[in-house]
Amino acid sequence: MMPYMEIGYLIGSVSFVVGLKMMGQPDSARKGNLVAAFGMAMAVIAALFFNSQGYHVINNLSYILIAIVAGTVIGTLMAKRVQMTAMPEMVSLFNGMGGLSAALISIIEWRHLLHEAVNPERMSNMPVVTVGMYIPVIAGLIIGTISFVGSIVAWGKLNGKIGDFRFPSQQIINAVVLVAILGVAYLNYGEFNATQSSLYFYLTIGLAVVYGLLFVFPIGGADMPVVISLLNSFTGVAAACGGFLYENKVMLMGGVLVGSAGTILTVVMCKAMNRSLMNVLIGMAGGNGGGSSSSASGGSVREVQGTDVAIMMKYASKVIIVPGYGLAVAQAQHVCHELENLLEAEGVDVKYAIHPVAGRMPGHMNVLLAESNVEYDKLIEMEHINPEFATTDVVLVVGANDVVNPAAKTDPASPIYGMPILDVDQAKQIVVLKRSMKAGYAGIENELFFHPKCGMLFGDAKASLQKLVNEVKAL
Amino acid sequence: MEAFFEGIGRLIAQYEQQNILNLIYLVILMIFVGVELISHVPSVLHTPLMSGANAIHGVVLIGAIIVMGNASPDDTLSLVFGTLAVFVGTLNVIGGFVVTDRMLEMFKKKPKGEKAS
Repeated sequence: MMPYMEIGYLIGSVSFVVGLKMMGQPDSARKGNLVAAFGMAMAVIAALFFNSQGYHVINNLSYILIAIVAGTVIGTLMAKRVQMTAMPEMVSLFNGMGGLSAALISIIEWRHLLHEAVNPERMSNMPVVTVGMYIPVIAGLIIGTISFVGSIVAWGKLNGKIGDFRFPSQQIINAVVLVAILGVAYLNYGEFNATQSSLYFYLTIGLAVVYGLLFVFPIGGADMPVVISLLNSFTGVAAACGGFLYENKVMLMGGVLVGSAGTILTVVMCKAMNRSLMNVLIGMAGGNGGGSSSSASGGSVREVQGTDVAIMMKYASKVIIVPGYGLAVAQAQHVCHELENLLEAEGVDVKYAIHPVAGRMPGHMNVLLAESNVEYDKLIEMEHINPEFATTDVVLVVGANDVVNPAAKTDPASPIYGMPILDVDQAKQIVVLKRSMKAGYAGIENELFFHPKCGMLFGDAKASLQKLVNEVKAL
Repeated sequence: MEAFFEGIGRLIAQYEQQNILNLIYLVILMIFVGVELISHVPSVLHTPLMSGANAIHGVVLIGAIIVMGNASPDDTLSLVFGTLAVFVGTLNVIGGFVVTDRMLEMFKKKPKGEKAS
């Protein structure tokens, strides 16, 4: 008899590792995703139709298949319909779904364990719930719930449905809640003889929900990518708990792989933003500190007209475009590409400066600009573009703010102090496209706008760029 | 302190009984693999990679299927929760892979990726 189930799980496990590896290189990334998807399909088929004895149709197959078909149809529609700009919140939402799934599994397993406990046939000398089983169940429940609630909040924040919400001594309260969760979970273990879910069990769920809310609510949008990445790895760990519970290696490997890869990804992002992971974890991120940074607003802002900017750029020899979240919300990537083409036709050297955390996720700008067919080698990463600003005639900042804020270098009191930035102030002229003088995501003023070399072109990024395109054409 | 180590010892013995110790080795190895895989990736690919990893932890779907397979047909609450778990797990898997594919689709015709950060 062939061990089909084991083979299916093995293919799944290997393809996750290989797929993730391939996703790490631009050339093979898309194939890597397909490899991982294929492995997932194999593992699911193995779980549905085989057990260790061979072919075996699982119980309740009709419910499972209905749920899978519904999930496939709805998931595909959601993923296909979403705008490229809304990608980050979509990822967050799907992540939350994974967390919810893990939490539900734990709830059912807990009921199952209690059920076993009252079964008269069980051997009376065996402990009902061993620690070895209890830990994965309760950990899957707690982590899955936190991940679910946190992801939904992050999703709401990114699409603007939920605002920032802070209150004093947030960190202490968060820490207390975390300790309380562990304490209640421990007490719950003591209750395993009860025939019904005890109060402690519900309390564990409730506190995990509260922690998920508290965890993400105070975090400003600038740190949202970090949070999503972290919640992503949480869900990985929750999935791994299921792997422990069922001694299922594909769940374990997939879950731990995402858990560790996600954590490293989080750390890499934190580094790019010069935040310590600890600060993000206890909810300190988001720049509520500082306070003194508003003192910089002494100077006056110079407003410029589209015509002037168009002339400036047309007769420049080198222009660097700095895209930010403003470009994404305004859906301005296509107009931006059009402007780039026009200028290139005039013999201007046009490049894009990509800050590692521009937009709402690392690589967000690359994805957006690639969508409008901007050539890959025109997107220059920060460390390579920074030396070039000195020889640049015009820098066009499109809806970026914190990533060009000189306070990161000059003002130790600033919450973003120490974050590497794009040195746009080295260029001869700076033009900032912005809707208003409102502060950026970190919630702080930007001295750059008061710089004598800097001109502000107010308005929606797309409308402003369109204006520039028309002006350049008309010249 | 001694009690603590004794407790750990008991836990390990229990795990050994349940053949879980092997799994712990697996966990440790996978942690290193995960770290290795991500450490040298250009930041350009961070978003798709996060999204791809997001799809992979959808493997929790397998757990949801197993739990459904174990649920007795007259335990309504378990069936409802289980079906929901399968549904949202599938959303995670399918949505994750499709979104990732859409992101990566845009990287296709670039002239030879240079420089990794």
